[in-house]
Amino acid sequence: MARTRFINDRGLTARMTLVMFLLGALFVALVVGLAYAGGAAFGGGVAVVIGVAGIGVAWWQWYNSDSLALKAMRAREVSPQEAPELHGVIDRLCTLADMPKPRVAIAYTDMPNAFATGRSPNHSALCVTTGILDRLTAEEMEGVLAHELSHVAHRDVLVMTLAASAGIAAGMLTRGAQYGMMFGGGGRRDNNDNNNGIPFWLIALVISLVVYAVSFFLTRLLSRYRELCADRSGAFLTQKPSALASALTKISGEIASIPSKDLRETQAMNAFFIAPAVSGMTLRTLTSTHPSLEQRLEQLAKVSAELGKPMDGGFPAPGLGL
Amino acid sequence: MGIWDALTGRTKQARANLDALFSLPAAAVTLQTASAFSPTGAGSVCYRAAEGAAFEQTQQDLVTLLDNDDDPDVERSTDSFGFTWLLARQAPDDLAALVTDLHTVNTSLEAQGFGAALLCSLVGFTDPAGRRLGLVYLYKQGTFYPFAPQGPQRRDNLLEIQVRDLLADDLPIEKDLSRWMPLWGAPGL
Repeated sequence: MARTRFINDRGLTARMTLVMFLLGALFVALVVGLAYAGGAAFGGGVAVVIGVAGIGVAWWQWYNSDSLALKAMRAREVSPQEAPELHGVIDRLCTLADMPKPRVAIAYTDMPNAFATGRSPNHSALCVTTGILDRLTAEEMEGVLAHELSHVAHRDVLVMTLAASAGIAAGMLTRGAQYGMMFGGGGRRDNNDNNNGIPFWLIALVISLVVYAVSFFLTRLLSRYRELCADRSGAFLTQKPSALASALTKISGEIASIPSKDLRETQAMNAFFIAPAVSGMTLRTLTSTHPSLEQRLEQLAKVSAELGKPMDGGFPAPGLGL
Repeated sequence: MGIWDALTGRTKQARANLDALFSLPAAAVTLQTASAFSPTGAGSVCYRAAEGAAFEQTQQDLVTLLDNDDDPDVERSTDSFGFTWLLARQAPDDLAALVTDLHTVNTSLEAQGFGAALLCSLVGFTDPAGRRLGLVYLYKQGTFYPFAPQGPQRRDNLLEIQVRDLLADDLPIEKDLSRWMPLWGAPGL
């Protein structure tokens, strides 16, 4: 009896699952490649230790993501008494979505942006800048907050940390391999006779560089898919896709017009922002963390059409079952 | 939401749970005998109006349906958060009729696929001293909580806790106090 207008976007889900699978495969390729290259040599053990250290760093960042991100943005947590309207909107959205309320913080910067972070829906924080509060209307702000709450519900910090772990481990290994070349060169020659001549560290360097490069593009691709997902869920939550669309248009225009001097210090946070704060054009489609404004508006228009359709009867629509 | 849903970004929308609404009349009797609070006869439903023609049509049909009888017409208003309130009035001693009205609003919206847009329902109570009390029904949880406003932006927590203990046997009460969302200036209070 209970029916919903929320329709799954199968194409998006399939593409996203494929990217996640490829990232997983990449991680396995890294481990297996190193195991083969290292063989019984002592370098294999060191490589594993470095890799594990890399994962450890990623895990620590994920576990403390809420406080780390808030500190990086110099954001301050606000109580319901300090920001009653903001808390009121979030209260209602959380009740609609049946999810625990995140901590609410405000960052005092003129750059219009918002982000959500935290290791799980129960340990999450939602941060908005004073810049975005000044520029958006209440309805647009609600759309943005719903988008961020969708990130929390989808556990995007966890997903992106997992996705990035292959890249992080590969990055650490690249460093390790460089040190290995500098200091381990002498030690390598002692048991060179049962090897084919290419130093282990060189192979490790090549493997990890390749893995790092591939993982970089895959992670960015995944990040763009996650943004589209959050847009979709957020629009269905507020039932007003056009409010989010107008907010995105406003923010994207504003961000592009802000001088890049302000933006450099916030670049590390870009993956979790509602719209990226970088306006570079090189390789943009491949490396940006967010989908283009056109893509996002197009999807929101689809959601809007979905909401406007009659559930049964009315004008005939092909493929619209009961 | 399960891990798989989280990974694939599929949001299962929280389903509304309507059945507990009909335990309100029994709770009102308890409230009347154990304290001085009696129903005002006003009750309201709060939901998020979706954009587009489908919702407009649903809402129009709904209002026509509810107004097609002898009792006072429903009143529609929009609050500062952009949520719509439908206020229904019945005789104060006929709480069953009021609950039926509220239930009609909810089932109609749900049947048209807008169940996810429902926020809460509220039934107003008052006592001879003029204190106001609302029993709020949260669809997504299927639970009730008391809301007693005391002037602008202040609530009478002591009274709310008393009512919670009083009605614990009659109604499913929301256990998580952080979900006791304030509804300042809600129609029907």
